[in-house]
Amino acid sequence: MNKNLRWKVILIVSVIALSVWSFYPPGQKVNLGLDLRGGVHMIMRVQTESALRIETETTAERLREALNVAAVQYTGLEVTSPTAFVAEGIVDDQAFRQVAVEADTVFSRSPGAGRYTYTMRPNIANQLREEAVTQAQQTIERRVNELGVAEPIVARQGAVDQILVQLPGVTDVDRAKEIIGRTALLELKLVEQGPFPSQDSAMQAVGNIVPPDMEIVSGAEDVAATGGGTPGTVYYLVRRVAPVTGRDLRTSRPTLDENNLPAVSFTFNQDGARRFGQFTEQNIGRGLAVILDNRVFTAPIIQSRIADEGRITGSFTQQEAQDLSLVLRTGALPAPMDILEERTVGPTLGRESIEAGVTASLGGLALVIVFILFYYRLTGLNAVVSIVVNLSILLGMMAYLGATMTLPGIAGFILTIGIGVDSNVLIFERIKEELATAKGVRAAVNAGFDRVWWTIVDTHVASLISAMFLFQFGTGPIRGFATTLTIGLLANVFTAVFLSRTMFELVLSRRQQVQTLSI
Amino acid sequence: MQIFTNTTYNFTRWRWHAVALSLVIIAAGVAAIVSRGGLPVGIDFSGGTIVVVKFDQDVTEDQVRQAVDPIPGEEVVQQYGDAAEREWLVRLAQTDAVAEGAGLEQGSQQILDALRDAGLPTFELLSREIVGPVIGADLQRRGIYATLASILAIAIYIAFRFRISFALGAIAAVFHDIVVTVAFLVFFGYDLSLNIVAALLTITGYSVNDTIVVFDRVRENLRSMRRDSIDHVVNVSVNQTLARTVITSGTTSVAVLALYLFGGEVLRGFAFTMLVGVISGTYSTVFIASAIAIILSQRKQASAASTTASARSEAKTAPASGRPVAKARSGRKARGARAS
Repeated sequence: MNKNLRWKVILIVSVIALSVWSFYPPGQKVNLGLDLRGGVHMIMRVQTESALRIETETTAERLREALNVAAVQYTGLEVTSPTAFVAEGIVDDQAFRQVAVEADTVFSRSPGAGRYTYTMRPNIANQLREEAVTQAQQTIERRVNELGVAEPIVARQGAVDQILVQLPGVTDVDRAKEIIGRTALLELKLVEQGPFPSQDSAMQAVGNIVPPDMEIVSGAEDVAATGGGTPGTVYYLVRRVAPVTGRDLRTSRPTLDENNLPAVSFTFNQDGARRFGQFTEQNIGRGLAVILDNRVFTAPIIQSRIADEGRITGSFTQQEAQDLSLVLRTGALPAPMDILEERTVGPTLGRESIEAGVTASLGGLALVIVFILFYYRLTGLNAVVSIVVNLSILLGMMAYLGATMTLPGIAGFILTIGIGVDSNVLIFERIKEELATAKGVRAAVNAGFDRVWWTIVDTHVASLISAMFLFQFGTGPIRGFATTLTIGLLANVFTAVFLSRTMFELVLSRRQQVQTLSI
Repeated sequence: MQIFTNTTYNFTRWRWHAVALSLVIIAAGVAAIVSRGGLPVGIDFSGGTIVVVKFDQDVTEDQVRQAVDPIPGEEVVQQYGDAAEREWLVRLAQTDAVAEGAGLEQGSQQILDALRDAGLPTFELLSREIVGPVIGADLQRRGIYATLASILAIAIYIAFRFRISFALGAIAAVFHDIVVTVAFLVFFGYDLSLNIVAALLTITGYSVNDTIVVFDRVRENLRSMRRDSIDHVVNVSVNQTLARTVITSGTTSVAVLALYLFGGEVLRGFAFTMLVGVISGTYSTVFIASAIAIILSQRKQASAASTTASARSEAKTAPASGRPVAKARSGRKARGARAS
């Protein structure tokens, strides 16, 4: 064995050893995709228009208050779209503009007099959208972490307002969705009147015109308050402005109320506690509505000044109380979410897919090996070794890179077998042709490899190009396929050309005069 | 052992028959697509809901169908995999009612509720797919873009490494394979899904692979057989690589067949697409790609011969020839020929 050959053999053996070390044992070291281990994949859309609408409404409310304080006359102030509101019937334009100067930073005011349209500045609208999506992503991340999912993915993707959520191994998909998708906007508002048994009776109480600074919110009747009567929907007239909201919370946890029923308690941060203390002190004896996602949960009477703690009661199960405290703790979503796409794979199907995939791979490999050994005899052994080594490198690289194995990825393995055979066949057929022109075995083998080299480069580049676009096109499972295909192609150049040639050299170097080749 | 040793089949003579056969298959496919009102796209692209459940006792198709029948919209009920597995798939098309927002989930919930309330044996949810119209349209756009872009990129590579007429031949072969494969998908009632588009993209790579092997040999032979017509050179090249072509596509087909038979229900459409594509790819390499390369090369020669001056200058600049070639006929461009 010459020195050159020895180095080649050492290189090959170490690549094989490294690969096997990387993926062994495969059960632990190879990442399985959602389609193989079960779980849920979702693409959610943040309704960014709602975030914009909230900003517009808040600005309009502030303006209303400021106008009232400054006693500037107007007849109407109305939000007309998520990004615009209109102020009408203004007599003193000069005074109005002075009071409304704060709104000008975010909104552009239409020219004219007496009636103004405020439209949100486009760059600010974009910025708000961006913030809403980022904030939603962070909130979802916190919730997913609290849920205790291993190796979750929460990422922006596709269009600006889309968020990809992947939760491997989650079995209770509905609960996970409920927790992730819940807005969980907590607001504490002062009850003006109520509860009313119907919306109509609530409207009658205010003479059919809801005062501009108030709103009617529905809620379930507090069972505890009515002494266990039949719960139904009731309506409250509450103040629009909430002195404290979920943003002012420090933490939240599940607890039990005085009747030993599950409830959720929360504590305010310093700022929230100060404001809430002040608010409760001023409103002793009045009702306080605890509103979650626009629904009144409880509306107890304020007995005394409350500084930093509150509690939400209702007819919760233990699980619901736990989930609710989780979403409160992790903060509200800036806007409601839609689900654009959901793919759930149950653990049973995942297991079946792995079994089917392994059977198909081994079956395919066995059939190919039998054929090659039958057709190429001893030289076929060369091809078999290079294909098996190729698959080991592929598995090793996947484990090393932390790439995800998916069901289409298994198809990529089978295709890699096909590609491996292709290169070997290409070389062997060429060697046969060269042998026919009676050049001698060594020259024929060398010519075979040399002539075919560029063909192999061309075919592999073409396949790599399509694998690249495949990766770019696909989501999870298909990316797994593109990844295996790419690594398989690269490994194949090493095994089918370098490894196979070295094996030929190794066999030929042991014999002085080579007359025949078993091919 | 050896198959196809020193064959001299005259493939180029059959090229018009082959083109005719392909056109017939493509026409039948197009007719089938038109008669059913468009490409059969699955929920990945059209939007909709698929629920797969596994019952713990045998149920009949009618039972499942009756259970989900009251749900508004069109339901499709299919046995999923082996009858012994007791797995059933229910698909709900995207309806306008569920096109927006939260309504998206209603479909799958309705299916599960209907199955639960129908007094059928208990079942386990195997998988659930809900695709909204936004995502569907997005995936459709990306699928088409990825396929076309990958074909274009490969064509540029071939034009760079070989010659433009070869690139056009390869592209024609790839389009041929995709259209024929889609035609077969329609004949056998498969819906286009993400996995099937992935298989189609793989076919583009595979088909070109096969074509490149032949073209590589043509390029090599063009140098040693300078006096022969391109027809003849291509034909000899196809024959020389015939054993490799058949063995490779044979083994790949065997591997993909194993995937089709044992790979499970999820990959069946993928495996079927690959199987058809591999066979079509081999066929198109032998007949379509080379035929088109020949036709385009001949036209170029004809136009070259008509203007002697330009042909002569072309002959002089041919780098691989090394010396000026006397006849305009053999002024075949050797551009792209590798100096090895």
